[in-house]
Amino acid sequence: MSHHIVAVKDLEYTYPDGTPAIQGVSFRITHGESVAIVGANGAGKSTLLMHLNGYLTPREGSVQVGDFPLTKATVSDVRRSVGMVFQDPDDQLFMPTVFDDVAFGPLNLGLPAEDVKVRVSDALSRMDVLHLKDRPPYKLSGGEKRAVAIAAVLSMSPDVLVMDEPTTGLDPRARRQLIAQLDSFQHTKIIATHDLDLVLDLCQRTIVIHAGKVMADGPTLEIFNDGKLLERCHLEKPLRLQGCPVCGRD
Amino acid sequence: MHMADALLTPAVGGTMWAATAGTIAYCSRKVKLEMDDSKVPLMGVLAAFIFAAQMINFTIPGTGSSGHLGGGMILAILLGPYAAFLAMASVLTVQALFFADGGLLALGCNIFNLGIFPCFIAYPLIYRPLVGESPSQRRIFLAAIVSAVFGLQLGAFGVVLETVLSGVSSLPFNTFVSLMQPIHLAIGIVEGLVTAAVVLFVWKARPEILKYADSARSLCGLSLKKVLVGLAIVTVVTGGSLSWFASANPDGLEWAILGVTGSEEVEEGESGLHAALAWLQECFAFLPDYGFAQPETSSEKVAEEAAEAWPAVDAGTSVSGLIGGIMTLALAALIGLLLKRRQRPQVG
Amino acid sequence: MSRIETAFFEIGSLDTLAGGDTFVHRLDPRAKVVTTLIFICCVVSFQKYQLSALLPFFIFPAVLLTTAQLPVGFLLKKLLFVAPFAFFIGVFNPFFDQTILFHVGPVGISGGWVSFASIMLRFCLTISMALILIATTSFNGVCMALEKIGAPRVFTVQLLLLHRYLFVLVGEASRLVKARALRSFNGRGTGMTVFGHIVGQLLLRTLDRAQRIHLAMQCRGFTGEIHQMRLFRFGWHEFFFTLAWSAVFLILRFYNLSQLLGGFLLEFAQ
Ligand SMILES: Nc1ncnc2c1ncn2[C@@H]1O[C@H](COP(=O)(O)OP(=O)(O)O)[C@@H](O)[C@H]1O
Ligand SMILES: [Mg+2]
Repeated sequence: MSHHIVAVKDLEYTYPDGTPAIQGVSFRITHGESVAIVGANGAGKSTLLMHLNGYLTPREGSVQVGDFPLTKATVSDVRRSVGMVFQDPDDQLFMPTVFDDVAFGPLNLGLPAEDVKVRVSDALSRMDVLHLKDRPPYKLSGGEKRAVAIAAVLSMSPDVLVMDEPTTGLDPRARRQLIAQLDSFQHTKIIATHDLDLVLDLCQRTIVIHAGKVMADGPTLEIFNDGKLLERCHLEKPLRLQGCPVCGRD
Repeated sequence: MHMADALLTPAVGGTMWAATAGTIAYCSRKVKLEMDDSKVPLMGVLAAFIFAAQMINFTIPGTGSSGHLGGGMILAILLGPYAAFLAMASVLTVQALFFADGGLLALGCNIFNLGIFPCFIAYPLIYRPLVGESPSQRRIFLAAIVSAVFGLQLGAFGVVLETVLSGVSSLPFNTFVSLMQPIHLAIGIVEGLVTAAVVLFVWKARPEILKYADSARSLCGLSLKKVLVGLAIVTVVTGGSLSWFASANPDGLEWAILGVTGSEEVEEGESGLHAALAWLQECFAFLPDYGFAQPETSSEKVAEEAAEAWPAVDAGTSVSGLIGGIMTLALAALIGLLLKRRQRPQVG
Repeated sequence: MSRIETAFFEIGSLDTLAGGDTFVHRLDPRAKVVTTLIFICCVVSFQKYQLSALLPFFIFPAVLLTTAQLPVGFLLKKLLFVAPFAFFIGVFNPFFDQTILFHVGPVGISGGWVSFASIMLRFCLTISMALILIATTSFNGVCMALEKIGAPRVFTVQLLLLHRYLFVLVGEASRLVKARALRSFNGRGTGMTVFGHIVGQLLLRTLDRAQRIHLAMQCRGFTGEIHQMRLFRFGWHEFFFTLAWSAVFLILRFYNLSQLLGGFLLEFAQ
């Protein structure tokens, strides 16, 4: 199943105001991989993700999703296979009720009403939020919003799940639950975050970016044990890998 | 400055509804034709912004009282006239439904007064020419204030006309005008200052955003004539038809119609108007109070007759009306209570 | 509570009421919208001195209030809050219209007072019906009804998006206002310049948000049309509801029930 690859080559992007957000990024992610993109605030994570569904057009370099390079002609196919979960769920839940919101994508695919209903309840039950079906999104808690936003993406049955800081604003329990749910998915996952504990749980591979450049790309544990690298990129070892401050043991 | 259902007759309310619904349909088509699907979320979120911004108030210098943002002008500047009109209409609809500002019948008037004037008159005829090709801080400031004042003056005048033509209120035209216009001059200046402050902020921080709306200028330049003709027709039809429904103060009404169209034109347009009115009258013929029996008589005569007929309520009928009214009110309450009692076992 | 939060709270509570599950709530929104509009037209079509014939119309809001189990106090309070404009205009009537219409004992009642009372009655009827409509039909439902009645989709989508982001933006605005209040003293900091900056900031954030929402829409196949699945249907219940009430309104419009009832009583008493 080589068609679910995501390949980025020599990507460069500068915002209209002159901020060079991405300065030569390359990587290749194959089917079923779960990859973390970590970096401090302003490292360029969100900007990078925006290229994966063709929202931003690279100044230099190329993005390939599946078998074809991302171009104007392929962008709508690419968007269908790349499910993007935004940092702020309010941006993503724009319809009046949870049901409408999750149904938005399938309806755009032109599916018949019965199929849409099935897809919606499937996606909602996978995230354990079927009971919120008729609620307006603004009356949901942060964790519920996030779960619904992910369900809305799942209902499109994407091949690749791209998530931008999925755990920000969640309380510990909601965060735990979300991690467990994400862990059960078979999709290719690309998760931008600076929650390194989440990365330890979910991702075998980590790409570290700093100031728009790839600083490291390799197995998660290897990278997290390289204290110097993390410090250079304004990151901190996840708590679980740090020595115990009370007993002083490593 | 919201018009209220209670002050309207169905004819005035209905005419304004029709005019507003037509404009909404027209603007929707225009916006759809533009095929810019990024405008869909933009319009929605900006309308919500107007709402939120109206809730942030500020101290008016030197007075200690507080004011807030209007909305129509800001939307027009950011979105261009068509999308701005739809956004403003949506704001007013939500206000009518959730805050009961005005009511549902008056919604047509309110959208007309607060949407059409700023979007299709003040913005293209005043703001754009004043700002010109090369905007500067002074030009934007001046344009924002003048257009906001002008838009609001027209809106206030709209309220006056709609109220006087409905005739439910007994306020004579001149009194009402001399009450409303100065008040709204003050409000307009404040609104203009605020609009200017916000537009200037955006202009300095992200000038490209204001350029976006520039593209709409050619659009509105093209169809402005159409819009004006449309407005003129609406005004004449409204003014004309309303004279039929007019009530106990023919003086004020005459004054108003003179003021709007000039006496001669009314005389000339009489036959056309009559045709239109005859048609209108058929539509509203189920409302017997409006003196429709003689469509050929002049408006004054009808008004006179009406004035004669209406106060002729004799004491006898009034008393029985009063007693009966109290009875029915009690009946309504009783029905409510009975229903409630019947429901309780089900609920509990 | 500040104004901004009150408004926020009010919309929220009307939406909560609309989430009820009674016969009235379950009716297709179209039936309620159409019936309400007919009701309002009938009420405002009376001539300006009419009082008694308006009173029977209170039956409709009374029945709806109880069958839909709405809190009466809440609606009355809202009614009072929005009264000013109608009151402000109506209160001039007694000054300009001093023709004596009838006498109650030695006191002559002028047309102005009668029409003023009539305005306030109309106001109570029309506004309470608008509130009841939204409290028994979600905003979403009203939009759906409008679309089915013929409103352009562009406009109904606009209404839906406005309603959706109202809460997000009002929340943002109230945080900004709080931040300003915490740092402004003796009225300094609440002036026009600061206002311009606050609102300008809010506007820029709003524009960015619009862009992100657009992206989110595109990611899920949006090409300019918003599709929605509508699960309502206009059945016999709706048909009878609309027809029966409209008939009642028309009868009340042409036969002054109060007058008839009062006349009957008076005759009976003699
Ligand atoms: N719309 C924008 N216009 C200009 N610069 C931007 C914009 N969005 C982000 N940037 C800049 O690009 C860089 C990368 O931002 P971003 O990708 O959002 O970082 P991250 O998601 O890793 O925190 C930052 O320096 C940021 O200031
Ligand atoms: Mg980010």
